[in-house]
Amino acid sequence: MQLANQVKQLIKKEMLLEWRSKYALNGILLYVVSTVFVCYLSFVSIPNKLTWNALFWIIMLFASINALAKSFLQESKGRHLYIYTLVSPSALIIAKTIYNSLLMIGLTLVALSFYCFVFSPPPATDILMYLVATILGSLSFATIFTMISAIAAKAGNGGMLMAILSFPVIIPMLIVLIKFAKNAIDGLDRSVNLDEIGLLLVINVLVMAVSLLLFPYLWRD
Amino acid sequence: MQKTWWKILGSFLVVYTTVAGFLLEVPHLNILNETIRNLYFHVPMWFSMIVLFSISIFYSVKYLSSKNEVDDLKAVEAINTGIIFGVLGLVTGAIWAKYTWGQFWSSDPKQNFAAIAMLLYFAYLILRNAIDEEQKRAKISAIYNIFAFPMMVVLLFVLPRLQSSLHPGNGGNPGFNSYDLDSRMRMVFYPACIGWIIIGYWIYSIRFRTRLLENKEL
Repeated sequence: MQLANQVKQLIKKEMLLEWRSKYALNGILLYVVSTVFVCYLSFVSIPNKLTWNALFWIIMLFASINALAKSFLQESKGRHLYIYTLVSPSALIIAKTIYNSLLMIGLTLVALSFYCFVFSPPPATDILMYLVATILGSLSFATIFTMISAIAAKAGNGGMLMAILSFPVIIPMLIVLIKFAKNAIDGLDRSVNLDEIGLLLVINVLVMAVSLLLFPYLWRD
Repeated sequence: MQKTWWKILGSFLVVYTTVAGFLLEVPHLNILNETIRNLYFHVPMWFSMIVLFSISIFYSVKYLSSKNEVDDLKAVEAINTGIIFGVLGLVTGAIWAKYTWGQFWSSDPKQNFAAIAMLLYFAYLILRNAIDEEQKRAKISAIYNIFAFPMMVVLLFVLPRLQSSLHPGNGGNPGFNSYDLDSRMRMVFYPACIGWIIIGYWIYSIRFRTRLLENKEL
C-alpha cells in the first residue's frame, strides 16, 4: 500500500503545483482555443466529414505534445534528486501518467466543445461514441507522451526531440483512433467499434507495462 | 574454415537464389504472373530486418543490466544494418508495386506502416546524435529501442491485418500460403531467407568489429 500512497501524494503535489502557477494550465488551454480559432478563420466551415475529423485529431496531437512535453522537462535537477530520495520510480511514472491522463481528458473536452462550437459536427454523429473516442485518445496520448517526455528530458534537448521521438510511436494509435472516431461520425452501430476499443486498450496496457519496466533504468543517473 | 563456413554458406545461398530466382520455373498465378519472383528478394529483406532488430533488442536489454559499452555498439550496429534491409524491403516492394498495382506508392496500409516503422528507427539514430555523453547516450537509446519495439510489432503485424490491403496474402489476393505447396518455389524461397539472414548478420558483425577498432584507436 506504500506505492498507492506515494502515487496519491505525487498526484496531489502535481495538482498543487499546477494550481499555484496556473501559467502552464492556462497557457495550454489558450493554445488549444487559439489553434481552433485559427483553423476556423482559415476554413470558415467544413462540409466534409473526413476533414472535420482529421482536423480535430491533428489539433489534439499538437496540443497534447505541447501540454505533456513539460511533464518532465519542467522539473529542476535539484527537485528531481529530492523526489528520487523520497519515492520509488514506479510510483513516479504511475503518478505522472495518471495526472497527465486527467489533464488530457480535461483539455480534450474543452477542445472538443469549442471545436463543436465553431464547426458544427456532422449531423449523423453519435456524440457519446465520439466522446468515448476522445477519452480513449487522451489516455493513449498520456501514456505514450509521458514516457517519451521522460526520455526527451533525460536527453536534455526538449521540444524538437520530443516531436521526432513521439510521432512514429503515436501514429499507429492515431490511425486506430481516427478510424474509431470516423465510425462515430457516420453513426454506425456501436458494436462495430468493439475491435478498435479493444485494440486501443491492449496497446495502452502494453505501453504502460513497458514504461513501468523501463522507467527505473531511465531515472537513475 | 571452422569459423568461416557460415559465411561461405551464406554467400553460396544468396548467389544460388539470385540465379535460380530468375531462371527456374514459377507457377503462373493471376495478377502476379512473373512478378512472383520478387518473393525471393522482397520477403527475405524483411525477415533479415526483423532478425537484426531482434538482435539489437537483445543487446539493448543486455546493456541495461550489464552497462557494458560493447553491448551498446552491437545494438546500434544491428539497427544500422537492419535499416539498410528495411529500406531495401521498401524499395523492392515499391518496384514490384509499380508493375502490379501501377504506382510505386499507392497508399497501401502495408507500405505506409512499414514506412512508419522505418521512421521509428531513424528517430532512434537522431536520438543518439542528440546526446554527447557516451554512457547516457547508450542508456537512453537502449530504453527508446525497447520502448519502440512493441510499437514496430504492432505496426508491421497487427495494424495491416485490420485494414484492407492489396498486398499478397491480404483481401483475397494469392498469398504465400497458396503457393507454399509448390515445391519448386520452396526450393528457392527458404534458402533465400536463410542466405540473406546470414549475409545480414555478416554485415552487422563486420560493422561492429570496425566500430570496435575505431573506438580503440581513440
